[in-house]
Amino acid sequence: MSNLPAGLKYAKTHEWARLEADGTVKVGISDHAQEALGDLVYLELPAVGRRVHAGEACAVVESVKAAADVNSPLSGEIVARNEALADAPERVNQSPYEAWLFAVRPDDIGEMDQLLDAEGYRTIAEE
Amino acid sequence: MGRCTALHEEHLALGARMTEFSGWELPLHYGSQIAEHHAVRRAAGMFDVSHLGVVDVEGLQAAPFLRRVLANDVARLAEPGRMLYGCMLNQDGGIVDDLVVGFIDDRRFRLILNAGTREKDLSWLHRQAAPFSVTVTPRDDLAMIALQGPDSPRIADAVVAAGSSGLKPFTATQRGDRFIARTGYTGEDGFEIILPHAEAGSLWRQLFQAGTRPCGLGARDTLRLEAGMRLYGQDMDETVTPLACGLGWTVAWEPEERDFIGRAALERERIGGSPSKFVGLILEEPGILRSGQKVAVANVGEGVVTSGGFSPTLRRSIGLARVPAATGRECRVEIRGSLKRATVVKPRFVRRGTSLIDIC
Repeated sequence: MSNLPAGLKYAKTHEWARLEADGTVKVGISDHAQEALGDLVYLELPAVGRRVHAGEACAVVESVKAAADVNSPLSGEIVARNEALADAPERVNQSPYEAWLFAVRPDDIGEMDQLLDAEGYRTIAEE
Repeated sequence: MGRCTALHEEHLALGARMTEFSGWELPLHYGSQIAEHHAVRRAAGMFDVSHLGVVDVEGLQAAPFLRRVLANDVARLAEPGRMLYGCMLNQDGGIVDDLVVGFIDDRRFRLILNAGTREKDLSWLHRQAAPFSVTVTPRDDLAMIALQGPDSPRIADAVVAAGSSGLKPFTATQRGDRFIARTGYTGEDGFEIILPHAEAGSLWRQLFQAGTRPCGLGARDTLRLEAGMRLYGQDMDETVTPLACGLGWTVAWEPEERDFIGRAALERERIGGSPSKFVGLILEEPGILRSGQKVAVANVGEGVVTSGGFSPTLRRSIGLARVPAATGRECRVEIRGSLKRATVVKPRFVRRGTSLIDIC
């Protein structure tokens, strides 16, 4: 079964969220999601400064097969995007938990508690 | 779950990610679709294409029957072993299916049909066959493996049958119980081998041991897209004529007296001129072309992307599209609400491992 690091939080829609020391949260897609999509070939990332709501689609990942929305797991402001992936979207396939897509500064860090832990997400991913 | 081919266990043993396609369980990929794509362009890959419909047409009137139901003319097949590609049309000139037909002998032809249209095709063929002295027999006892790529002649000689590499393109030969054709759907040199179910697994394993990379439907789609080969159900269907999807070259207009089904409708379209044309698109901005996206041509009108995706060879997005006949070199494609620039080219991008874009 797919790799699910225990220290991360997960959304039902297959994003992971990792709280950084500076209080921002990095967001990527799960190993299960990249595996289901197949080889990624194009990413569309949100503009820095954009306001997003929890659950709002703000990025697009496109594989050889299909395009999929990526939602921000938290409400807040986009503070960074991983520009290094623009020329190497395959890194999301190779290391999904290192290849973060964007970082959000959450309005309320308490929203993290509403996300799933690894075990909770595993149940959804295996359905 | 769909029907399983004779190679189902082989796919599972190789770790394939399976998907359902036209009622069949088939490999989508075995790990990386892009790596499989490159293997076919640079070395050799193999595909389980047992879902394709193999149908034998036999009888005294096999040739007259096929000259009636196909827009291409089997009379062009000068000797046994020759094959041709063409369309089967309805009375309106719409494409019932696109297929390959092989000339076996004076009383016997073999058709290779799309999986998704197989049942429809069979009922159409049976209906049209009524006035002719022919039998139409689906060969559900046979499996089919496509061996494709620049290394495939060497591998075919070693594994499939000695002398395979001597076959000319679009010819076939029967060797024992293997029907070997120099055909494919990738834009590379290659072979398609039709053989009994019980022998498919053994050939598959021998091809694998000879260094052939197993490839899934994903790579099959990006390879055919780069080669500019149409996909039934996407680039054409019963509402599209061969003239409207760039397959006019497969219509045998001569001899004039050959009354194939759909001829009258096609003649009218030919005289009136087609309002649309079939082209290739290269996306000039970041993004991916996908089927169904709207094409906007300034001061001319609108068209539609019929197939689109990422080209692993060109490392950019390409597509096939139906656009107004007056479309020039440029257009825009609507992707998620924004219009992106695309260049209009001939609908073939890569052949034999080489980009054709510069010479369009």
